Amino acid sequence: MKNLEFRTASSVRGGLLVMANVPGIAAGTRVSLTDHAGRRRNGLVIRTSDAAVLVEVFEGTDDLDLERTWVRFLGEPFSLPVSRDILGRVFNGVGLPRDGRPPIVSGQRRDINGAALNPAARAYPREFIQTGLSAVDGMNSLTRGQKLPIFSGGGLPHNRVAAQIVRQARLLGESGSEFVVVFAAFGVSSQDARFFQESFEESGALERLVMFLNLADEPVIERLLTPRAALTAAEYLAFELDHHVLVVMTDMTAYAEALREVAVLRGDVPARKGYPGYLYSDLAELYERAGRIKNRPGSITLIPVLSMPSDDITHPIPDLTGYITEGQIVLSRELHAQGVYPPISVLPSLSRLMKDGIGGDFTREDHPRVASQLFASYAKALEVRGLAAIIGAEDLSEGDRRYLQFAEAFERRFVGQGEEEERDVYATLDLAWDLLSMLPLEVLTRVSEAELAKYHRQNRS
Amino acid sequence: MGKILEINGPLVRMELPGVTLGEQVRVGALGLVGEVIARDGDTALAQLYEDSTGLAPGEQVEGLGHPLSVELGPGLLGGIFDGVQRPLEEIWRITGDRIARGVHVPALSRDRKWTFTPIQEHQSGRLLNAGDVLGTVQETASIEHRILVPPDVSGVLLELAPAGEYDVDATIARVRLHDGEIRKLSLSHRWPVRIPRPFKQRDHAVQPLITGQRILDTFYPLLKGGKAAIPGPFGAGKTMLQHQIARWCNAEIVIYVGCGERGNELTDVLESLPKLTDPHTGRPLMERTLLVANTSNMPVVAREASVYVGLTIAEYFRDQGYDVVMVADSTSRWAEALREVAGRLGQMPVEEGYPAYLGSRLAAFYERAGRVETLAGTSGSVTLIGAVSPPGGDFSEPVTSHTKEIIQTFWALSKELADARHYPAVDWLESFSGYVGQAARWWADNVDPGWADARARALELLSESEELRRIVNLVGVDALSSEQRWSLEAAELIKEALLQQSATDEVDSYASPEKQYLLLAGLLGIYGQGMKLVQLGVPAQRLLELPVMHEARRWKTRYGAADMAGLRERTAGLTGDFARLELEYSPLTSRDQERGI
Repeated sequence: MKNLEFRTASSVRGGLLVMANVPGIAAGTRVSLTDHAGRRRNGLVIRTSDAAVLVEVFEGTDDLDLERTWVRFLGEPFSLPVSRDILGRVFNGVGLPRDGRPPIVSGQRRDINGAALNPAARAYPREFIQTGLSAVDGMNSLTRGQKLPIFSGGGLPHNRVAAQIVRQARLLGESGSEFVVVFAAFGVSSQDARFFQESFEESGALERLVMFLNLADEPVIERLLTPRAALTAAEYLAFELDHHVLVVMTDMTAYAEALREVAVLRGDVPARKGYPGYLYSDLAELYERAGRIKNRPGSITLIPVLSMPSDDITHPIPDLTGYITEGQIVLSRELHAQGVYPPISVLPSLSRLMKDGIGGDFTREDHPRVASQLFASYAKALEVRGLAAIIGAEDLSEGDRRYLQFAEAFERRFVGQGEEEERDVYATLDLAWDLLSMLPLEVLTRVSEAELAKYHRQNRS
Repeated sequence: MGKILEINGPLVRMELPGVTLGEQVRVGALGLVGEVIARDGDTALAQLYEDSTGLAPGEQVEGLGHPLSVELGPGLLGGIFDGVQRPLEEIWRITGDRIARGVHVPALSRDRKWTFTPIQEHQSGRLLNAGDVLGTVQETASIEHRILVPPDVSGVLLELAPAGEYDVDATIARVRLHDGEIRKLSLSHRWPVRIPRPFKQRDHAVQPLITGQRILDTFYPLLKGGKAAIPGPFGAGKTMLQHQIARWCNAEIVIYVGCGERGNELTDVLESLPKLTDPHTGRPLMERTLLVANTSNMPVVAREASVYVGLTIAEYFRDQGYDVVMVADSTSRWAEALREVAGRLGQMPVEEGYPAYLGSRLAAFYERAGRVETLAGTSGSVTLIGAVSPPGGDFSEPVTSHTKEIIQTFWALSKELADARHYPAVDWLESFSGYVGQAARWWADNVDPGWADARARALELLSESEELRRIVNLVGVDALSSEQRWSLEAAELIKEALLQQSATDEVDSYASPEKQYLLLAGLLGIYGQGMKLVQLGVPAQRLLELPVMHEARRWKTRYGAADMAGLRERTAGLTGDFARLELEYSPLTSRDQERGI
């Protein structure tokens, strides 16, 4: 079957090709097409019976000629050849080299869909990753094996933030624990792709980097494969070669839009905003590939980047993502406009795994309660700021005015930092106490009395 | 035997004459399992519990002759099963880190022997009814597994095995049915998941389920045998709250169904429960817990089945006379699985793509909760707690709105509260409970007669403060009278010192009913004392400066379970905290005037 070519295409419409009279074709089989001009295209069997086989063509079906299209069924699902040599390489959306170097030769090919990790085999992620960003480390910390997306919007510096995290991420007190980075970009501009490439180059990390690129002007359906290929490479690096892998995927919105495009072609019933009902499961198939496995030293930490359409966090893409990932880092247009970098809005941000990765055993004993106190005090400060906008700052009580100053200092000094500035977690916590000391002792009820005695500046001086 | 005609995602059309609707089928060379969802002449449509990649038209299919059913017997507790009750630990040992397809492993281990103790009164010739207890197996130190006559069996006992060691397949009894057939019974039996297990009659639920979470127990109680929903947008703390309930509630058996949720959350439960002890029995919590996991990356069709698998196991323990709590996280994923299958079947969508039968399926699901008189005549209950994940946090979406009509207790989670790190982020205005009356009787009998009144006063204060907060946000705090200002501050105190509860703080994580009431009464005491002073003319600001205002916020973490006497004493002696201010502002008494002061 693998070597037979069929020329029985019976109909074609927007990305989908129907083949007649090819019995016994298995579901999910990879397909290779040759069009009248001799160009190769890739496809996948998505529905099959003896009478008709429906093929999704990744490069699209533009100018296909029914009578002059030759189709081969390869008898296996989409797979990626993997070996040590993938490090340092750049691939396209379906895993073919785009750096002008020869293709990967390996006896080992992996189905890019992966297989679901047995929940009983998972190990719970606990190791604190220091990103050097106070708003992340102090209040929404990242853990090795976590999936923590960046929710952003057009024009916000999510690429710079992601690149900074990749450059600075390291484990506390462990040397030689450098991350291998798998970078997947789909539907992004070549400029954005170049930015990342250069940023990694600067940090001299190219030999620890694998890139999968599908740019904005490249086939849309290919985007459905790009993250899968990247995660397949990541799984190989993490669980076969024992690396700690940091996967950055951007932009998930482009991925979801590609999925919607294909779903409409297939005639799937739309759920919300035209996205298919299975968007949740589909995204989960990607995100859930992050994690740790018992008895295996490697890990996959996943940082998907997505731009929220019209900054709407309730849009299906960020919404469903938030239900799957272990928290989210939300960027704020308001902070960005005020010149705060990184413009991380801490209140809607969250790290679900933080509670188990900080504290005396990992960072410092006061960390959990300091984080909680910062959240509470900043939330209160924003409330005061809202009030001040109505009645004017001069009518505020003395206590409330201190909250206003706290909010200002928190945003400028704690959240805000340089793009090259790497604060270790102790500096972050000390800074947190500097700020909390602007507030009276009595209102700091989330930290313990012992911690107040030890760290509050009023007590120390 | 039949053959595959067409494959479309998880749906397989096949030629298989004589198969019944709902029957299990084994499909293709891989041996993937699925269930028949439609019949049309000799062709049948089945949905597979596993990914269909690699199946081809023409491959063989066979009907297995029974609907999706679960294996019930010793060995369930402490385990983790997938959506069709395959034991995941065992599968891990067999196929490695990733779940291979077409693996068939029985739910209960065949290698393990259990010590069976027969009921002495059962002599040969005795008439056995469905649901009768044949004997017991001590499954874990805290749970005695009662071996039941299956609900579809009754007849004359011919022979009951003596005490001894048996595996789950060994015959322990022979029964002559009414039609003369002789049936062998073992420690385990099977039951189809989509058919509720029978019971004698429904009982009224009378006892509150104590979760140790103040906002739940004190304000929006749930009864054993009741049904509750926890809706909330992502990040509002749904999972955390459910974990807290699974950890601390005073049920005897807890079944946690992870339906379309994160893999790491189940890992968290698996790793943390064995280390935690049950505050009610002092035993490791894992001994009473069972997990059913269909994580979000596992096949969608099995997701639909997973809640029924969990529910049937819950009913099985109920039939043994236990109080069972089943937590389903999340019913929205289950509903989405329904939607996905309906979409593939080409059924007409009604709201947001959901099929028209969404509401009735949800209602039938929750109806399987309840406190019942079992066939054996004892009392048992299934309490059902379903998480709901409304898209965009919009409670008017179909799953939330249908659920809201069905359940009695509604614990609404709020994004605003969660963003301000007010946990648990249960919104005290949106939530409701239809069980307050019954719960009040229990609290009055077991904790304090003042409970209902205190609860009502606290809620009134909270809702009044919401009104006041709106005024403040419009015109500033100066527009309030002193009394109003004090009410506002007292409400803040209740929110911080009572409603907020830290899951990670050792002392605060679980609050006994007594502690809950003492805190509530103490805080209301502060409010009352303060109000008296405000009416004497004390400015609210002076009251806020009293040390007790800050100290009270630490009561919840300062007084652990062992120190209830201390908390009782502290909250009883509040007058002292206000004495100096009272003296300062008290009107002159007549004796003072006589003395010419």
